[in-house]
Amino acid sequence: MTATRVERAVTYTVLTLFAIGAIYPVLSILFLALHTKSDLVTGFAWPTDPSMSSFRAAWTEGDFGTGLKSSFIVAAVVTVVSAVLSLGTGYAFGTMRFRGDRWLFGVFLLGIIFPYEATVIPLYYDFQDFGILNTYWSLILPQIGQSVAFGTFWMRAFFRSTPPALVEAARMDGASSFGVLVRVLLPQARPALLTLCALVFTYTWNEFLLALVLVSGSPSKQTAPLGLSFFAGAVRAGDPTKVAAASVLVAAPIVIVYIFLQRHFIRGMLAGAVKG
Amino acid sequence: MATDTAAQLGSETSAGDRARARKRAPGEPRNVAWLYILPGLLFYGLFTLAPLAHTVELSFFDWDGLTVGHYIGLGNYREALDDPLVRDSFRHSAELIVFYALLPVALGLLLTAILTRHPVRGFTFFRTALFLPQMIAGVVVAQAWVWIYADNGPLNEFLRDVGLGSLARPWLGDFSWALPAVGGIGTWVTYGLCMVLFIAGAQSIPASLYDAARVDGAGAVREFFAVTLPALRNQVVVAFVLTTINALRSFDVIYNATSGGPGTTTYVPSFYMYRNAFVFNRVGYAAAIAVILTAAIFTLAGIVLYVSSRGDEG
Repeated sequence: MTATRVERAVTYTVLTLFAIGAIYPVLSILFLALHTKSDLVTGFAWPTDPSMSSFRAAWTEGDFGTGLKSSFIVAAVVTVVSAVLSLGTGYAFGTMRFRGDRWLFGVFLLGIIFPYEATVIPLYYDFQDFGILNTYWSLILPQIGQSVAFGTFWMRAFFRSTPPALVEAARMDGASSFGVLVRVLLPQARPALLTLCALVFTYTWNEFLLALVLVSGSPSKQTAPLGLSFFAGAVRAGDPTKVAAASVLVAAPIVIVYIFLQRHFIRGMLAGAVKG
Repeated sequence: MATDTAAQLGSETSAGDRARARKRAPGEPRNVAWLYILPGLLFYGLFTLAPLAHTVELSFFDWDGLTVGHYIGLGNYREALDDPLVRDSFRHSAELIVFYALLPVALGLLLTAILTRHPVRGFTFFRTALFLPQMIAGVVVAQAWVWIYADNGPLNEFLRDVGLGSLARPWLGDFSWALPAVGGIGTWVTYGLCMVLFIAGAQSIPASLYDAARVDGAGAVREFFAVTLPALRNQVVVAFVLTTINALRSFDVIYNATSGGPGTTTYVPSFYMYRNAFVFNRVGYAAAIAVILTAAIFTLAGIVLYVSSRGDEG
């Protein structure tokens, strides 16, 4: 039995409505940002005379150049280091058996559902003692720890899906375990690694509570979301268009990457979710 | 699977080769594995597990973060159980679960029921749009919705345009509407995830199952309950776990959209924990709230997983 025309029409109407619902709040803040304060914006705020002046004002007043730079440094380091570490842990859990492997993997799994909110209090006081509060390290180290949990789970799933015969053959040829990883498996792992990097970069870029607690004291180390939070608190009552422009600046890098790599993002989040 | 390969190999090769193959086979315990695990484990242990343990330890102390703390046993926990703000925070979280978890899952299932009657062309586009909210930083999400809910924002303008102006209000500043309004933000963030999760799952249900149901004369409703829903059980469980955890965490949006207000009407545990630790300097008490929150999340996730795995056997 094939679907009737009416069914099809209903399907696409419903899907379109929900897709618009998902996009609209994002567009609304973009529209608002394209206005200036003197426009006295209300309601749907279609920008008939788009102006970039709010962006310019937000960029200079909120010092978002610094914020975006900090976010980029932190997210890039966290992404690269956790990808390398997860490659190792995933390789071990996915292709080797050793005493306590199931138990230990369970410990890593815990890190995925675990509310990291519960770790910020000691992180603050411990980092104060180490003297790394208000440095990039205070954001980088804990986020590597959190990302490795998901990364281990994700890369293990990849390594388990590779044909064991491939690894066996390389081992018979006398390749060391490191040789097997680098020469045989790594070339195939690129899509899985790219997905992992995209997700870790996004999560790290968007992170807020850690930045609020660990780098609030140093304006030059504040990440873009933290800068936005402070900027909004100071400016919103006076000029919401500037806050909107700042919001667009903070979200834009991720949204642009997402549009190009959407398959990777969605695959990672769905597969990660279902297998978990 | 790995052990099978080793066994096959063994049967095909000579005795000497067999011994060597077995020594290297992936099925055998391999100490070299630790070499690959230790670096990752070190970071995870030092910066995630150790702080969690430290939080538990702090929760037994009365400490202001500066002077010497006093061990008070379960004192913080006793106080938390009697603290009306702790109870309110968890009650608010429970209400948010309706918006963050139940509503998106229900919406996702309803749509899947409509959509699985035939394949969807152009799904990639819809999928990309529906998933967009997941990509946006919580701080930005909060700013977008502060504008949507604002006195002169799109929502109130819309209500006035359609003649429901009497309903218009500054949503996030309203004592009885602020929490549901925050919940609405949560629904927006998660419904696309649920929809994509379910629709993707449903597209992989073999068409023969639907044909069989239709031959048996099942209508759309029975088809959904007999075929679609059982096939999507894993996805539904996962969606519940993910969205419930999100509801219980939800710090970014609350902090930036309402700061717990008006009054304390949108306080949630993570926000109250933050206030205690970094505003009121009640570090031990904040740690106790963090421990209770962690326990609540593990318990809820455990219950959902337990119930779903019991269904597997039945």
